[in-house]
This record gives sequence, structure tokens and C-alpha cells, in this order.
Amino acid sequence: MTALTADTAHPADPAGVRTADRPAPAPIPMGRLAKVELRKMFDTRSGFWLMASIVILAVLATAATVVFAPDSAITYESFASAIGFPMAVILPIIAILSVTGEWSQRNGLTTFTLVPSRGRVIAAKALVSVAVAVVSMVVAAGVGVLGNLLGSAVNGTDAVWDVSATALAQIFLANVLGLLVGFMLGVVIRSSAPAIVAYFVYSALLPTVFGMLAAFQEWFADLQPWVDFNYAQTALFDETMTGEQWVQLGVTGIVWLVLPTAYGVWRVLRSEVK
Amino acid sequence: MIEVRALTKVYGGFRAVDDVTFTAEAGRVTGFLGPNGAGKSTTMRVMVGLTPPTSGTATVDGRRFSDLPNPGLEVGVLLDASAQHAGRTGREVLTLAQETMGLPRRRVDEMLELVSLTPAESKRRVKDYSLGMRQRLGIATALIGDPRALVLDEPANGLDPAGIRWMRDLLRGYADRGGTVLLSSHLLHEIEVVADDLVVIGQGRIVAQGTKAALLASAGTLVRAHAVDDLARALTGSGLTVTAGGSGALRVDADCEVVGEVAQAAGVPLLELRAADGAGLEEMFLELTADTAREGAAA
Repeated sequence: MTALTADTAHPADPAGVRTADRPAPAPIPMGRLAKVELRKMFDTRSGFWLMASIVILAVLATAATVVFAPDSAITYESFASAIGFPMAVILPIIAILSVTGEWSQRNGLTTFTLVPSRGRVIAAKALVSVAVAVVSMVVAAGVGVLGNLLGSAVNGTDAVWDVSATALAQIFLANVLGLLVGFMLGVVIRSSAPAIVAYFVYSALLPTVFGMLAAFQEWFADLQPWVDFNYAQTALFDETMTGEQWVQLGVTGIVWLVLPTAYGVWRVLRSEVK
Repeated sequence: MIEVRALTKVYGGFRAVDDVTFTAEAGRVTGFLGPNGAGKSTTMRVMVGLTPPTSGTATVDGRRFSDLPNPGLEVGVLLDASAQHAGRTGREVLTLAQETMGLPRRRVDEMLELVSLTPAESKRRVKDYSLGMRQRLGIATALIGDPRALVLDEPANGLDPAGIRWMRDLLRGYADRGGTVLLSSHLLHEIEVVADDLVVIGQGRIVAQGTKAALLASAGTLVRAHAVDDLARALTGSGLTVTAGGSGALRVDADCEVVGEVAQAAGVPLLELRAADGAGLEEMFLELTADTAREGAAA
């Protein structure tokens, strides 16, 4: 079709033009991005209750331990593991939703127009997710302390503190790794429901498959610590890690966490936001 | 000022945007017009860095959007009013924009007032908003950073007549104060009332652009002949721009006198020769729309 053209020249700009001599805006600092991302985790009803559920479940798990555990089991370790289980489930979901909300809810259209450097938005989300995990674990550990004091007072026994600082730190690390796995799946899959399903496949189905393989195939049993990230992580829950176990955690972590995250971020930076 | 230069976006083998070049000037409202699926939204997404172009550039005051340090303060963007987390309140959506841009908190209330969302409405969740309310919220988000340019994709969708009138006055005032406005629509009449300049796009290519006055008024000459192909060849050969005018007619960008001389020189008898009606743009737009129209999908 032949183009219909018309004169693009028009009279001089009308009066009252605000010229381009306003000062150039300063770049958006990372702290502000992190603050906004933190706000986004709490500002919907579902987000708020997800966060609240960490504290609620910690309290419920503590109460259940006080009520149901036999006297001999009223130790800090019982409380730590009772509280640890819901945390291990919720923290990764928080990380997943923080990322996938931008796509599933199409909120990214606004987010990435206000902040075109998507890498910084993703980094802010990672930062805030880890911070939330650490704070929730400190809160949960505190709830466990109260539970242990209360439980032993109710039973009239001395409180048993059988979790060392090292062990507690390792449990923290394991939970942060779990959260980062959720974050990785969020970045790679970018859709809420499939990413949550993938997390349960990753954290529940995969270890079972590896476990069966190790049970039936002798050659795999020796290999498993070097290829199974979940298996390498379970060592974090047993007192002290050997140097070899740390290396195994590092090797499997690179394969199952670092590389997929790098791939996911690379895709996020290049993909089209619709 | 927004400048788009030789912008092309190819999906697989499909050229969604094909060598698009135009400028939206400061102090003017530029209407970006085209039927559904013509490439308007893709062009706008490329402009704001959401979609990487296959080739070409889009700049705002000479800089790529993604190079702007705090884009919300320079370009207000509304691409899809429904693309908001449904669980947030309207006020919260604005607060997030205000915090991201580092603006004072009072801007949120100022914007709510500007777009006539009441305090009660602002506390409702976006999922309970009508499309018109979402558009108002989107306009508020676009304007909160007091930007110098606006990029709005179909902002009048879902607004009632009073809302359309309000939007028109708002954009007019904004442009009169020196702002650059680029807004898209698939409805000619909607854009006709507010735009100073028009850019018409069809099937990814620009088919017309210029001032509204020039495009709507000087539609050139309408000429009709039996040997319409010979006439077209002769006119094109004389360096004139020719478009099909329907039923053996041609629309020529020239005076009647020039067209008559060319026809005489070519020996083509004419049936009709007159100044064309001012409706050249509308006819062209209808033709474009007809090519891509989907039955029953007319908005």
C-alpha cells in the first residue's frame, strides 16, 4: 500500500513548554528497591497471611510439642525440629511467590517499567527473601526457647539445651538453601503454581528417587552424596559436618542451585515482559 | 520528545513491527492509531524496554528508556490497566510507585484526587475495580512522578463518556504545559478529538503520519477513470503519490490541475476529477480495519 503522507511540520511549540533542564534524577538506590520488595511481600491478603503463618505455625508446633511430647522429649531439639518443618515448607513458597507474582499477576509490567534493570529487581527480591528467612528463623528459635522453658516448667524438670550454636547455624543454613531453591525455581519457571509444584517434586520426590536408586544400585550409593543436593543437605542436620561433606554440599549446590539460578536470571534479563 | 527509528520486531517469521519511524513531539498529543493487532502495543512495549527489538531504536529525549536512572520521573507509562496484582488496593499500587520513585507520600493522595478515586475506592482491592477505575489508577501511576512524557496504550478503554472527556482534558492540559503525549487507540474518533499529530499503523507498518489537520483536510485529488491502471502508472511515473480510492477511483496527493495534465499527457479519458473529501484518513483506516477485522469482535 502506498503511504499517505502529510506535512509533519507544525507551528513552533506552544508557550509554557517545560524544557529539559530539570536536574537529572538520581538512580534508584538498592535499599529503596529492597524496601519496596519487602512491602510487596506483606501488602496483599495472601502475602500477609503467608508471613503471619510462619509465626502462627511456630507457636502451634511449640504448643503441640509441650502438650503431646513425652517428658523425656521436652528438649530444645524437639522444639527446633517441630518448628523447623513448617518453616522448611513456607520459606521457599515465600521466595517463589515473590518472584512469580511479577509474571503470574502481570505486575512485572509496572515493576520493570519503573526499574528497567531487571537484575537489580531480582537481586532485591533475593536479598529480602534471605533477610525474611533469617528473621523468621530467629523468631522461630525464640518461640522454641519459650516453649522449652514452658514445657520443662510444666513438667517440673530442668530445661534441656541440646542444640549447639553450630548445629543451629547449620539448620539456618539449610533453611536458607531451601529458600534459595524456591527462589531458583521461581526465576526459572516464572509461574506461581507450577513453581510450587516443582518445589515439592524437587524437595520430596527427587530424594525418594535418589534414595531408591541408592538402595538398589550399589554403584550409586557411593556416588549419591556427590550428585544429590538434598542428600548433601541432610548432613547439615547432623551435628558436625566433615570437610568432605562441605565439599559435597558445594558441588551439588553448584549443579542444582547456582547454575539453574544463573540460567533463570539470564532468561529473565532477556525475555519479553507481557 | 519520543523518537522511534526504524524499529522492527520479528516473532519467528512474523513481522509484528516493520521498520517503524516516527516522532512524538513535546507540547503535542500524538495519536498512535491502528486496528487491533497492528503492532501498537508491541511498539510501545519496545519503547519502554519490556520487549527487546529485533532492530532499530526508541529514545526519550535522546536516551534509551532502559538507560534512564529513574524512568518513572521522566516517562509515565500505562500499558495495561489490568496488569496489577489483583490483591493490592489501589492506594497500595500507587504507594509502591511512589516509594520506588522516592517521592513524598502526599503524592499518593494528590494523584487519587486528580483521577477522582475516592478514599473509599482507593482502599478497595484492584480485583474489585471496574476497567474504568483501573484506567484511572493506571493514569495516576503514570503521572505520579510528574514526568515529561506519557506513553499510554488504549487509556480510554472502559471509560464512560464523562471519563473520556476527563481524560481528553487532562492530556490536553498536560501537552499544553509542554509534555509529550503518545497515546494509542483503535478508534479514530476517540483519538481525533484529542490528538495534534497522528501516526497510523497497519500490519506492523506505518501507513500515514502527520498533523491531524493535514491528514484530515488535505486529502488531495480524487480522480476516476475506466483505464485506472494506466492512469495510476502515469501518475506514479510523474512522481505523485497515489492510493486506491475504491471503485475505479484514485486518490492523488496533488492539485486537480496537475492530475488533469498528467491524464491528458497519458491520453487517459477521465470520468471524474475533483478535490477529495476530507475523509481520506477515515477511508484508509476503515480499509485497514477491514483487512484485520474479526467478525463480532468489534469494540
